[in-house]
Amino acid sequence: MHALESKKRTQTVLVFALTVLCAAAFLFPIAWMLSTAVKAPEDIFTAKPELIPTNWQLHNFADAWNAQPFGRFLLNTLIVVGVSTPFAMLSATMVAFGFARINFWGRNALFLFVIGTMVIPWDVTAIPLYIQYNKMGLINTLWPMILPGAFGSAFFIFLARQFIMGVPRDLDEAAEIDGCNRWQIYWSIILPLCRPIVVVIGVFHFVWCWNEFLTPLIFINDQSMYTLPLGINLFKNAFNIEYEKLMAVSCLSVLFPATLFYFTQNLILGGISLSGVKK
Amino acid sequence: MAQSSADQTLLKRSFRRKRLRENAAGLFFISPWLIGFLLLMFGPMVFSLGISFTEWNMVGSPKFIGLENYVHMFTSDPFYFKSMIVTFKYVFIMVPLQVVFAILIAVLLNRATYGIKFFRSIFYLPSLIQGVTLALIFSWMLNDDFGPVNYMLELVGLPRVHWLTDPNVALYALIFIALWGVGSPMVLYLSALRSVSSEYYEAADIDGAGPVRKFFNITIPLITPTILFNMLTSLISAFQTIVLAFVLTGGGPANSTYFYSLHVYRNAFTHFKMGYASAMAWVMFILIVLLTGLVLASSKYWVHYEDDGGGR
Repeated sequence: MHALESKKRTQTVLVFALTVLCAAAFLFPIAWMLSTAVKAPEDIFTAKPELIPTNWQLHNFADAWNAQPFGRFLLNTLIVVGVSTPFAMLSATMVAFGFARINFWGRNALFLFVIGTMVIPWDVTAIPLYIQYNKMGLINTLWPMILPGAFGSAFFIFLARQFIMGVPRDLDEAAEIDGCNRWQIYWSIILPLCRPIVVVIGVFHFVWCWNEFLTPLIFINDQSMYTLPLGINLFKNAFNIEYEKLMAVSCLSVLFPATLFYFTQNLILGGISLSGVKK
Repeated sequence: MAQSSADQTLLKRSFRRKRLRENAAGLFFISPWLIGFLLLMFGPMVFSLGISFTEWNMVGSPKFIGLENYVHMFTSDPFYFKSMIVTFKYVFIMVPLQVVFAILIAVLLNRATYGIKFFRSIFYLPSLIQGVTLALIFSWMLNDDFGPVNYMLELVGLPRVHWLTDPNVALYALIFIALWGVGSPMVLYLSALRSVSSEYYEAADIDGAGPVRKFFNITIPLITPTILFNMLTSLISAFQTIVLAFVLTGGGPANSTYFYSLHVYRNAFTHFKMGYASAMAWVMFILIVLLTGLVLASSKYWVHYEDDGGGR
């Protein structure tokens, strides 16, 4: 018994050490981002790079934020994320339920088609889409960023379908015998069970919307409609990159999704709500 | 006799009605996607397919040239196969690496006891950073002369590596950087690992299975749906990868990181050969659909859904 306990302890220590080592590697670029954010411009490219700067420039954060109307950019980003995220969560699970549980005609071919849409290279639809949005009067509005995700993106539909396929069908059948219709099965049986995946969709969608660069780059020219990534990119112009400002604003911009992830991770990984289902 | 045939038509009719109801229900549930597709994707797709048979510089009107674009890429575009090879190399190294790497970290995090929340966040953090910013951080970290990575190599007595300027290294450097984005698949694996019931492991313990056997005979089979998902999505995004090369190497050095998407992008937005770019993108599209279909078809043999055994 004693040997077993000490074996367990060395295992714990080993796992912990390995985790710390890997974490250090992952933290590396972020540490440099932070470090650059508080450096003076002339301290960034030096023969002897230092992680902890000697000459701290904390005002970089405020300077960078005030250099452009970042309050406005933040508001735009929040509107995009706030409007599209609930729709993304609902539509993806609904469509996934259809694909996972209903034997309609052409289901498999259509599902392959859904996955196929993930595969369409963005540069090809970009121009026709620009023409179309222009006709719809949506250029320089936030709609091109809100709409695609809100209707259910292929990635999330696929994700939710994988999840729903893992939920035993007995549950549906029991509910059907109890007189539930399809919508009730989806709404009151499957959706609550999908909670972890719904949260994953919410967080992933949030992060992607938050960081989406190409869509606003193409469809928005009016600076007052810029989102955060475009604002950050303003520090990178044809002649030089204002590294310290770019990194400072990047740090601030990461704070929001990072906090969100920190506090929702248990929901995301929600083993608890799942363990009731799996045998 | 007459009775049973009447029964049969009744049965047939109710069966048909059931099928109709089933189809209507299916259509209803997938309607959000259908509407989105018809509204935002169908038109642009048809348009770009049409454009791929034309010569069009975005200013004048498209000129129909039949299959010429498709013939050109396979016969007289010197960069076409070059960029194809670069992309395939990237995909076939990057995707398996990412799958293995993400699973390993997820397993590690699943077993960690101290500061789990903290560590999980750290591994997820790089995926929270906007692509262009992450690329810029690395462009500086891997700088030949001023970068901290080479500085550290020198400190421990190793030679400096020309990460982004040596044609033999650059592609691997990009793969290495891309692995930082392992956060999203890692989270999905973690979620899957957590939902594996401990009863399986307890049963295996009774049978005297070691940790390696438990990993390969219980853990891996039970997370195969997640593996399939991550494999497909990372395959697709790896084929379309562009940001890293765009920001860091511009396709160089010596075209060693000249990805297919970069070739499409250059033709579309630098040379304004929209027709040709569309044709190339459609070939890519068909290629990825075929590969995706192949993986999906193979999944019948290796993906295990919880529901398989039970149910009806």
